Amino acid sequence: MADKLTFNLVSPEKEVYSGQVDQVIVPGTEGDFGVLPNHAPFMSTLLPGMLIIKNGSEERRIFVQGGFADVTPAGLTVLAELAIPAEELKGEVLAAQKSAANDQLQRAETPEDSLAARRAVDTLAAT
Amino acid sequence: MPSLKDLKNRIGSVRSTQKITKAMQMVAAAKLRRAEEAAVAARPYAERMEGVVANLSASVAGNPDAPKLLAGTGSEETHLLIVATSDKGLCGGFNSSIVRLAREAIVRLQGEGKTVKIVTVGKKGRDQLKRLYGGLLVRHIDTMEIKRVAYADAKGIADTVLEMFEEGEFDVAHLFYGRYKSVISQVPTVQQIIPAKAPEGIQAPDLKGAIYEYEPDEEEILKVLLPRYVGVQIFRAMLENAASEQGARMSAMDNATRNAGDMIDKLNLQYNRARQAQITKELIEIISGAEAL
Repeated sequence: MADKLTFNLVSPEKEVYSGQVDQVIVPGTEGDFGVLPNHAPFMSTLLPGMLIIKNGSEERRIFVQGGFADVTPAGLTVLAELAIPAEELKGEVLAAQKSAANDQLQRAETPEDSLAARRAVDTLAAT
Repeated sequence: MPSLKDLKNRIGSVRSTQKITKAMQMVAAAKLRRAEEAAVAARPYAERMEGVVANLSASVAGNPDAPKLLAGTGSEETHLLIVATSDKGLCGGFNSSIVRLAREAIVRLQGEGKTVKIVTVGKKGRDQLKRLYGGLLVRHIDTMEIKRVAYADAKGIADTVLEMFEEGEFDVAHLFYGRYKSVISQVPTVQQIIPAKAPEGIQAPDLKGAIYEYEPDEEEILKVLLPRYVGVQIFRAMLENAASEQGARMSAMDNATRNAGDMIDKLNLQYNRARQAQITKELIEIISGAEAL
């Protein structure tokens, strides 16, 4: 594995992850997609879900919600409105996110909204 | 000539004022560090967002279906000025300089015969603008309760603004805030946020001849992206404002502390002279009394 992918995950509050990785799996609106080094330029919106960073045998999971993934020759940038590493997603944080997701599901007006909210609820329930 | 007691009281009161300003300066310094960190941490997101907007807007330029948030409503009659200031005073000229910039814009726009509407974020800006342009204030967003600016707060403001835009209440929106440069320098800044203007100096990434793919298509992405862009700009303005406010307060309070110190020195000198004069007077009285015997 000669090539590595430059990956940045930023939320409005801070840069959550930045580094060289092997592969990132992103929950896109039209399906999850994996990004490997030298991916073609590509841009997609995100659905709430787990973003998986693979580096060697290491694997990190980060819950992301609302935002974009932007693949350029320079690397992958994910702009997420919310990004919480899976290991921090427990106790109060998890409860707060769950209730927020349930709220969104109640208020969803369009099929897209309710799909996104349902994904958020399901992902959170699975953790 | 004030009596010794009067002078002593004055020195005491100036000294306690100095203690307060000194404490405020230290509190501001501690808060500044946090606010500065937050402002710096938010920069990558805002910058990348700008890059993405610049990139996308280039690809839909000239397209008649381009979203209104990007292309504008086609007219420039009604201008919305979002004036972000602090809630508390005692921070030097920080709020006044933002308000002054806004006022200049109002005068200019009114001179051109445009309609101006104002939304204020933060109490001080509203107080100052209400006196002159009370009739133009359409909405005030209270930030008193916010201790630490979170993205959700900015998003709330952005949603209000976007709702107004959807209802056709304005055509162009400008955002006024104090950009944080350093402790001694905060630059009042104005930025156009609707229609979104791709900032200058940001280049679309070099694709090495490949073609961008969008999923879903460009228009769908823009529909989601542009409201977020507005939110991010407001968020950034609020963070910059928070840092600027503390910076301005720190230097204002530093000045006040120094002035109080000068004043104490002066009063002390006056006090000592008065005391010496009194002693001399008493001695003269005693000596002349003794001589008379």
